[in-house]
Amino acid sequence: MSMPGRVAAIVWKDLLIEIRTKASFHSMLAFSALVLFVFSFAIGPDTPLLQRIAAGLLWVAIVFTGLLSLSRTYQSEEAAGGLEGLRMSPGDPRAIYLGKLAGNVLLLLGLEVVLFPAAAVLFQIELWPHALPLAGIAVLGTLAFSISGTFYAALTLHLRAREIMLPLLLIPALVPPLLGAVNATQLVLDGNPFGEADLWVRLLIAYDVVFFVACTWLFPLAVEE
Amino acid sequence: MERSAPFVRWLGIAALILMGAGSYIGLFVVRADAEMGEVQRLMYVHVPAAWTAFIAFFVVFIASVLYLVQRDPRADRVAASAAEVGVVFISLTLATGMLWGKPTWGVWWTWDPRLTTTALLLAIFIGYLAVRGFADDPEQRARWSSIVGILGFIQVPIVYLSVVWWRTLHQPPSSPRSVASEILWTWMLNFAAFLLVFIYLTARRARIAKLEGELETTLAYD
Repeated sequence: MSMPGRVAAIVWKDLLIEIRTKASFHSMLAFSALVLFVFSFAIGPDTPLLQRIAAGLLWVAIVFTGLLSLSRTYQSEEAAGGLEGLRMSPGDPRAIYLGKLAGNVLLLLGLEVVLFPAAAVLFQIELWPHALPLAGIAVLGTLAFSISGTFYAALTLHLRAREIMLPLLLIPALVPPLLGAVNATQLVLDGNPFGEADLWVRLLIAYDVVFFVACTWLFPLAVEE
Repeated sequence: MERSAPFVRWLGIAALILMGAGSYIGLFVVRADAEMGEVQRLMYVHVPAAWTAFIAFFVVFIASVLYLVQRDPRADRVAASAAEVGVVFISLTLATGMLWGKPTWGVWWTWDPRLTTTALLLAIFIGYLAVRGFADDPEQRARWSSIVGILGFIQVPIVYLSVVWWRTLHQPPSSPRSVASEILWTWMLNFAAFLLVFIYLTARRARIAKLEGELETTLAYD
């Protein structure tokens, strides 16, 4: 089977499991909404303040929810040595990484389609005038999160205390894309008067390219026996 | 038990002498700073410690690449030892920086790009050491931590860039003051001293790691 075929097979398998069990998506959705609520309760019902920091709250909710789903990335393979089976099937093991990455991106983007409007209602933000640039930022930010996240999830799979090791390694790695996504989102929501959002979008693109290459290249070393 | 190599012992003695000389000159010989006074002497520890820490993490990167290419356990021991000593120096950098910042800036902490990047560097290498602590198999431990060491090193410049943008979009960067030559050479002397301390401690730590590895193997066969 060709490399794109192998990647597509893994994505399809995981999507099918998700569609049939709906294990991750619904709980992720509920969790991310709760995170937004917790922020509002912690900060207080000060709508102008919430509007000013909405982009930060939104992306922190995405990171926390994403962390939960990342730790389940390889869950369906763990039982009965499924990952070994995938790894030993002929061809490049990078297909596993690319397939899992695509699955994580799709799942998170699906979540954001609901979460962004939910945040707009809760914080009283106008989304529609900026829908297109916001969608672009969401895709770039989600790619950045998933590129590093899918990799570190594989790396920490067989560590003791991996529930804490995944965020411990991932969060410092996510500082550049988090700054990029939060600042770009906030600037776009404020109308991007000086075109500063472009700088942050370029940072997101640079991060996506550099870490996509580095993680894809290192992945076989991370899962070798 | 065999003694460590005479070279390493002489290295330790040389490090001790240089440390003594550097501390004496930094504390008593160089004049106090005209604007900031005695507290500025902290910089004779702070700046060389920061340089040494960055060199330590460069050593971790190179040794990690070497390990993944050659699968030589010696490279893994050097990486692990340099990371441990590097964490000590980066903590020293942050601690002296905060002690200096309180009387000078009036705050223990500010979101300055270099400060923030240094703190994140510490977090990245605490993660590196934690991976080593939570992996049982020596080969897996070496391989996984090498990957973390390489990715951590790639992260640092992009983290720094992003934090600089984050801060400079809101406030202008503080202009670097020109540095007097006597300050510069006191830095250099202390830098040489810290570098020797780093090499000495790393060599000693790598040796302990080797003995630990041998002990692990012996116990495994018994």
